[in-house]
Amino acid sequence: MTAQTQYYVPHGSHWPIVGSVALFMTFVGLSAMLNEASFGLPLMGAGIAILLVMMFGWFGTVVRESEANAYNDQVDRSFRWGMFWFIFSEVMFFAAFFGALFYARTFSLPWLGGEGDGAATNMYLWPGFEALWPSNANGPSQIGGEFRQMGAWGIPAINTLILLTSGVTVTWAHHGLRANRRATLIFGLFLTVALGLVFVGLQAYEYIHAYTDLNLTLGAGIYGSTFFMLTGFHGLHVTIGAIMLIVILARSIAGHFTPDRHFAFEAAAWYWHFVDVVWLGLFFFVYWL
Amino acid sequence: MSAVMVDDHHHDGPDSGIKRWICTTNHKDIGTLYLWFAMIMFFLGGLMALVVRAELFQPGLQFVDPQFFNSMTTMHALLMIFGVVMPAFTGLANWLIPMMVGGTDMALPRLNNWSFWLLPFAFTMLLATLFVPGGAPAGGWTLYPPLTLQTGAALPLLIFAIHLMGMSSIMGAINVIATILNMRAPGMTLMKMPMFVWTWLITAYLLIAVMPVLAGGVTMLLTDKYFGTSFFNAAGGGDPVMFQHIFWFFGHPEVYILILPSFGVISMILPTFARKPLFGYNSMVYATASIAFLSFVVWAHHMFTVGMPLAAQLFFMLSTMLIAVPTGVKVFNWVATMWRGSMTFETPMLFAIGFIVLFTIGGFSGLMLAIVPADYQYHDTYFVVAHFHYVLVPGSIFAIMAAVYYWLPKWTGHLYNETLGKWHFWLSTIFVNLTFFPMHFTGLAGMPRRIPDYALQFTDYNMLASIGAFGFGLAQLLFLYIVVATVRGGERATDRVWDGADGLEWTLPSPPPYHTFTTPPQIR
Amino acid sequence: MTAQLMTAARWLAGAAAAFSPAALAQLQPYNMPVGVTDISREVFGLHMLIFWICVAIGVVVFGVMLVSLVRHRKSRGHEARQFHDSTAAEIAWTVVPFLILVAMAVPATQVLIKMEDTARADLTIKITGYQWLWHYEYLEQDIDFYSALSTPREQIYGLQAKGENYLLEVDNELVLPTNRKVRFLITSNDVLHAWWVPDLAVKKDAIPGFINESWTEIEEPGVYRGQCAELCGRDHGFMPVVVRAVAPDEYERWVAGKQAEQPVAAAQPATGSSN
Ligand code: HEA
Ligand code: HEA
Ligand code: CUA
Ligand SMILES: [Cu+2]
Repeated sequence: MTAQTQYYVPHGSHWPIVGSVALFMTFVGLSAMLNEASFGLPLMGAGIAILLVMMFGWFGTVVRESEANAYNDQVDRSFRWGMFWFIFSEVMFFAAFFGALFYARTFSLPWLGGEGDGAATNMYLWPGFEALWPSNANGPSQIGGEFRQMGAWGIPAINTLILLTSGVTVTWAHHGLRANRRATLIFGLFLTVALGLVFVGLQAYEYIHAYTDLNLTLGAGIYGSTFFMLTGFHGLHVTIGAIMLIVILARSIAGHFTPDRHFAFEAAAWYWHFVDVVWLGLFFFVYWL
Repeated sequence: MSAVMVDDHHHDGPDSGIKRWICTTNHKDIGTLYLWFAMIMFFLGGLMALVVRAELFQPGLQFVDPQFFNSMTTMHALLMIFGVVMPAFTGLANWLIPMMVGGTDMALPRLNNWSFWLLPFAFTMLLATLFVPGGAPAGGWTLYPPLTLQTGAALPLLIFAIHLMGMSSIMGAINVIATILNMRAPGMTLMKMPMFVWTWLITAYLLIAVMPVLAGGVTMLLTDKYFGTSFFNAAGGGDPVMFQHIFWFFGHPEVYILILPSFGVISMILPTFARKPLFGYNSMVYATASIAFLSFVVWAHHMFTVGMPLAAQLFFMLSTMLIAVPTGVKVFNWVATMWRGSMTFETPMLFAIGFIVLFTIGGFSGLMLAIVPADYQYHDTYFVVAHFHYVLVPGSIFAIMAAVYYWLPKWTGHLYNETLGKWHFWLSTIFVNLTFFPMHFTGLAGMPRRIPDYALQFTDYNMLASIGAFGFGLAQLLFLYIVVATVRGGERATDRVWDGADGLEWTLPSPPPYHTFTTPPQIR
Repeated sequence: MTAQLMTAARWLAGAAAAFSPAALAQLQPYNMPVGVTDISREVFGLHMLIFWICVAIGVVVFGVMLVSLVRHRKSRGHEARQFHDSTAAEIAWTVVPFLILVAMAVPATQVLIKMEDTARADLTIKITGYQWLWHYEYLEQDIDFYSALSTPREQIYGLQAKGENYLLEVDNELVLPTNRKVRFLITSNDVLHAWWVPDLAVKKDAIPGFINESWTEIEEPGVYRGQCAELCGRDHGFMPVVVRAVAPDEYERWVAGKQAEQPVAAAQPATGSSN
């Protein structure tokens, strides 16, 4: 054990304020874009650029400190708790959208269709509307027009296999790391990243297919809304996870981790398992049921 | 394992100048920033409340346009909740938790800085909405669609501001949890932690669980408005009520986020001035946990009139009523703590006692609101406004003030002026009741909330409330003065400050050195 | 503990006697209206019941606290005892409040079940909220009209003395028969509103795209005033509800008259608010 025995409290850092400014610019820029102001896009672009610089700088600092053995086991545990609760917050973020899907399917659509408490609603406001998931799930006004559902057994099923496999490969890499087999580590990680990217690629293909062939759009009523918000945020998270893994891969190649100290690897792996589990939820509730 | 402070710049004090505050990773500096931020927002949010109260002083439209009135109500609430109470508690957590558990600092110091420094930007965005075309948000802090979707250019700014506040709260909460779970001195077992630490641990859990849900909900608002989704649109198969469920799944735990740390503060102050240990420590911990647990299953008591099925109404009524049990346990334990003590009544104690009485009154009206048939009459009237101001103003705000008086000598090394402190307490207490007690009556008599003008029979009580509000506001200027004066000088405080005080923070010098507990204390 | 309970019970009994519904009705402007329906009276009773229970608990809790504040102070030379636990007491003050809550929940549940029963109505009225007026449709009689605030702007802006029913008056009142079960189908055309008449103890949200049901059976003829109770934008404070309850025969006459003039009314839909 070469790490410090002291709790590391950095002296001061300008990265947080840089991050705040970046987010501020990004969000003000995006707001301006939504309100059709011309300065929106450049402002948002600049914000995102600064945000990237901030992430490089901040994480770079942490990596350097870690490599300089500034962190002890206690610091390591702080990072672990931090990552764990961050992932929990992400779970709750997805819970809001799963909740919306659940609510729409169990309550609002049936009510509009006249079930339960919805008899009067259906009779006076939406006569003739029959709630059928998914075919009628763009609501009584057919918002977004006729669409076809995204089947579960094509790309989604393949994607399920891909993500499940990637969960295995990342664990395999972890074993390699713990056993100090660098080749396994790097190859395992490489496979994981590759699978992740294939997943994202297939997802993008699926979106194009949905828009061009199925007329399934974000605007296709509650079905399109829940479908794209859930899969979209998931895809975003897969992308983030893949970027994390790419960084970890680079650091592994640079020889950063040791068999008993590699929190960053584990954090990325946890995150990856989290997107994996969310996907299983999506596969069941969005595509299959 | 000894955990000694390491400092990469090889000096032990703060940076000089503005950099000290912008780049700081020190929990005390960050705590100070949070507290001052909350103070500023309190005056801004209060000013908005005064606009409301001025317009409501008498019937008729006198000062503001109804739309602007609604903006004031909305912004007032957003500022007070997200800009005052939550940051103030996080400030207290920053200052106190590391000292109370015998840790070096917060577990994740740089993240800590970011948690704070997101806030000024978030609130700049929020306040900027006052100046955009279409005006500031005016749909109420509850942001119900479809009305909120009628907001003009302010909508995305509002939503992104809420995202930033949410990020800030979540990161702050993660830091608190990591600190409590990981930075305790050897021997500081969970069941030895001061109550304030316990309540914050549970609050932090609530925060991490519900802030992301709010973020998700407002994101759906954004996409409904700008990207054609139909979450809250019946024509597309959605439901405006769905937003209410999402909002209150966040919103109800949120109100406990706004009160649990107060419970912690009160549980610290009472034993000191009663010179007697806290009664029923274990049951306090369990009660706090039960409140937190129950808070996840009561949310729809805010929506009894939306037309839920009978079974749902019954479920939410009964679960809501249940919360009175653990809350009662807390109140009874506090009374038992005072019972046969040896009490003195310095300002923090006065505020604590005021808290217990007035919070309980607010709790009672809460219980009345939980009774569905009666809530049909109470809902969206000033009776509700009275309820929540009783739990929030003489509740959360009083607890925060009690905490400031209690720990200010520790933080600054100076004693505040006790006479002025007592004046502040009595003025606040009288005026807070003058402001909010009459609202029970106007509400029962049928005055809806969120209206800029009212029928003649409500006039008397509205006048009283407005006078009270201005009086209460003026009294807070005294508070500002006392705090500033104490920061700048005054009689030197001893290390223990209060002769009945117990806990690790009182073993440190007043003011404590920039870095404390670089060698962890041993707890018996 | 039992002694305290006894005190509470006695207090409660005394209070209940001193405040008979009749006596309380005198307090009208400061309290919930007793109202003019069976349901509204039950709601009022429930309200007073829970109110007095809370008062009683408050008296006990604050009473004990006050005794302590007076007697157990250092300035009186009181020494602090160091006890900090009592399982018996803690169990007692968990169980007793729980039982009190059960006692409150039972009548509340009964009233609620009654309120939710919209079956067997004599007539049905569809109410639609608009920014910022109400639209009433008598589904069986083919009558429909809009109902908007009739208080003149001058009164609102203080250019003219305010009338007795300032902000609580409309151009077309909702006329209902007494002693008939009236079912309301409540919805909205734009944002959320809530249709509320305190004297009927009816408050239901008007939700665009959905219909909520409620009902009333008014026992006394009269004019009952209420307001929109869900923030609906700029003129949320200016969309009152006025119900005129009349005897059934008079109601029939009103219906006949209304049906005769109906085509005219339908030809001129009301728009906008009056202020
Ligand atoms: C700090 C914030 C806070 C706290 C602690 C509470 C506490 C409670 N609240 Fe409140 N509430 C709000 C903030 C808070 N509330 C806000 C902001 C709103 C309005 C939001 C909006 O619409 O804008 C609101 C609205 C609100 C409603 C919706 C009203 C409506 O819109 O129609 C309801 C309904 O059930 C409710 C109930 C309760 C209950 C039962 C408690 C309980 O926790 C209270 C428990 C405490 C006690 C009961 C007192 C002490 C107990 C004893 C002494 C034991 C013995 C007692 C008995 C057995 C009775 N609250
Ligand atoms: C923690 C939360 C919190 C706090 C502390 C307060 C504090 C106050 N609130 Fe409010 N309030 C809410 C949370 C809070 N409120 C919420 C959630 C709502 C619901 C919003 C909605 O419907 O969407 C609400 C709504 C609300 C309303 C109803 C508005 C409506 O329905 O239209 C009113 C009306 O009187 C009101 C008044 C006040 C007053 C007078 C104070 C006072 O305590 C404020 C005291 C502070 C000051 C007055 C400022 C300090 C002094 C100065 C600025 C110096 C200058 C002073 C003078 C010259 C006198 N609040
Ligand atoms: Cu309609 Cu408020
Ligand atoms: Cu609540």
